[in-house]
Amino acid sequence: MKPAPTHAAAAEEFLKDSERSHWHDETLWHVRSKRDVSAQKIPEWEQLRTLASQIKDHVLSNLDTLLLQFEKNATANGIEVLWAKDAQEHNEHVLRILEENQVKQLVKSKSILTEECGLNHFLEDKGYDVVDTDLGERIIQFNKQVPSHIVMPAIHLKKKEIGAIFHKHLGTEEGADDPQYLTEAARQHLRQKFIHAHAAITGVNFGIAETGGFVVCTNEGNADMGTHLADIHIACMGIEKLVPRAADLGIFLRLLARSATGQSITNYNSHFHRPRNGKKMYLILVDNGRTKQLGREDFRNSLKCIRCGACMNTCPIYRRSSGFSYNSTVPGPIGSILSPGMDLKKHSTLPFASTLCGSCSDVCPVKINIHEQLYKWRQVITKEGPPQASKKWAMRFGGQVMSKPRLFDLMGKMARKSLSISPRGFVYNSFNAWGKHRELPEVPKESFKDWYKKNRNQ
Amino acid sequence: MSSKERILAAIQQNKPDLLPLPEQPEFPYDSDLPAQYAIGLSGNGGKCLEVGGPEEVLAFIKEHFRESQMIVSLSESVPGNFNVAMAEDPHELEHVDLAILEGDWGVAENGAIWLPEEKLHHRALPFIAQHLIVLLKKDRLLGNMHEVYARIDVQAPGYGVFIAGPSKTADIEQSLIIGAHGPRSMTVFLLD
Repeated sequence: MKPAPTHAAAAEEFLKDSERSHWHDETLWHVRSKRDVSAQKIPEWEQLRTLASQIKDHVLSNLDTLLLQFEKNATANGIEVLWAKDAQEHNEHVLRILEENQVKQLVKSKSILTEECGLNHFLEDKGYDVVDTDLGERIIQFNKQVPSHIVMPAIHLKKKEIGAIFHKHLGTEEGADDPQYLTEAARQHLRQKFIHAHAAITGVNFGIAETGGFVVCTNEGNADMGTHLADIHIACMGIEKLVPRAADLGIFLRLLARSATGQSITNYNSHFHRPRNGKKMYLILVDNGRTKQLGREDFRNSLKCIRCGACMNTCPIYRRSSGFSYNSTVPGPIGSILSPGMDLKKHSTLPFASTLCGSCSDVCPVKINIHEQLYKWRQVITKEGPPQASKKWAMRFGGQVMSKPRLFDLMGKMARKSLSISPRGFVYNSFNAWGKHRELPEVPKESFKDWYKKNRNQ
Repeated sequence: MSSKERILAAIQQNKPDLLPLPEQPEFPYDSDLPAQYAIGLSGNGGKCLEVGGPEEVLAFIKEHFRESQMIVSLSESVPGNFNVAMAEDPHELEHVDLAILEGDWGVAENGAIWLPEEKLHHRALPFIAQHLIVLLKKDRLLGNMHEVYARIDVQAPGYGVFIAGPSKTADIEQSLIIGAHGPRSMTVFLLD
């Protein structure tokens, strides 16, 4: 198998289209700004973040007990609960449910977990036509892509491209790219899918231990259109998605949408506790590496994530490099601390795709110390990973120069001289990654030390 | 060893020492609730109208909908023209133009309305209808989500939903479009 490209190499691909990358950057920053306005309207915002963080701390420290409580209550409610140690077992559970119930048509609403498990491909290989019903997900499904953002899956595409995709798959007019027109076409197309579906697969935003129910949030209403018409509802949930009490939802629902897009709440927040009369509801609890992450003290906190995407919208690297450059189901800062836990080798460049500015940690609604974990992963990777000769020698050289003041002065003088007389190609070349898209600052005539010596008596 | 046992054993081995579950503090909310509710709902793409009585709701429906359209009402004070009890299967609601429901609780802060299953008849109704009207008594307005959760038992109905606006999406270049799959409009009437 071809090794995954490094984040930097993949980002370079995205940056070739500078118009698109600028649009991407500005659009996500706009979403981040809306988040700020929305958060600032809540006087107790910081208190809510602290509470959410503490509740999730408790959940992680008591996860076994809460899962058993959840299973017991859900089972009593008439939900069939299944456990899956990994992606494979999760997918097999889904397949078995579909086979047992002789399901032919199925619809799916957004679930990052099923992306993580590769469910669509697995089912398609078995001959099923899986229809993603979230508009953004349907677009990228037509385009044979994966989501580039966990909340805005098709944010990497422009409306012209979406118009072309819909022309090909839905027969919309050639060249038509009006979002209203395209959305209406998708509505008509997907309504037929909803009407004829036998089973609906959804993700889970929150599982409630004390009541054995779960909450699914959407703006489109697609999870509800699917589940309330189909005979079978399969909900797929990571084991860390629990909250202990129904009342905790008040805190999390106030935080989730405001953090994600700046809206005060998602338009549909559905609480499922029992299947419809005579219908079936299944819930699959998935580990897939989560219990391992729980055992890593430095990285445990990443399991508190409620998948709002705020860290992506604020990240200067994500905004300029797009989700695909991360090559990971969950991209961006949170993905860069979750994915190395799943496959350190494959994702070894992700913790370096950060300026460590800390903006991700500042906006995180459950106060995950994302940038600190990025720094910690760097230490793990540098120790365990393959040696990077250029970095090693640069560091050693830098250390030598910095520790000897005379050498430092000399090197400074030489650099000022040589930079001012060197031809451009000598300074800006493939060895100077920093100078690829940037100009070096103008070379000063003298060092600060020399300037200070001359001017200190004034 | 079953997967359940393996997962639980791994958690027991890897989890940190027990950390306390914080108490739920109260967050008092003292705005003008109907006015704040209207702002909250409009922020989500819905429309709020304060009216004196159900006759004003009827007048609104007459103005915006035709007799020939399929109207399902679960409110006794505002009649529809299709008896939802006749629909055994939710698929029979495919062509509903307007659903009229009575809300249980409203949230001023964000415009959401709590609708437990018994207020829906079919769970699909508020999603499959082309337009949605919800009637809510002003004394059922609360400040924020915490106050609602303190008053409801989420487990009592098999299903319950906070609906805070019409079906919407911004998945194409972040352009806001109302009417993704479900209702193309949501109008809430606040009654005395």
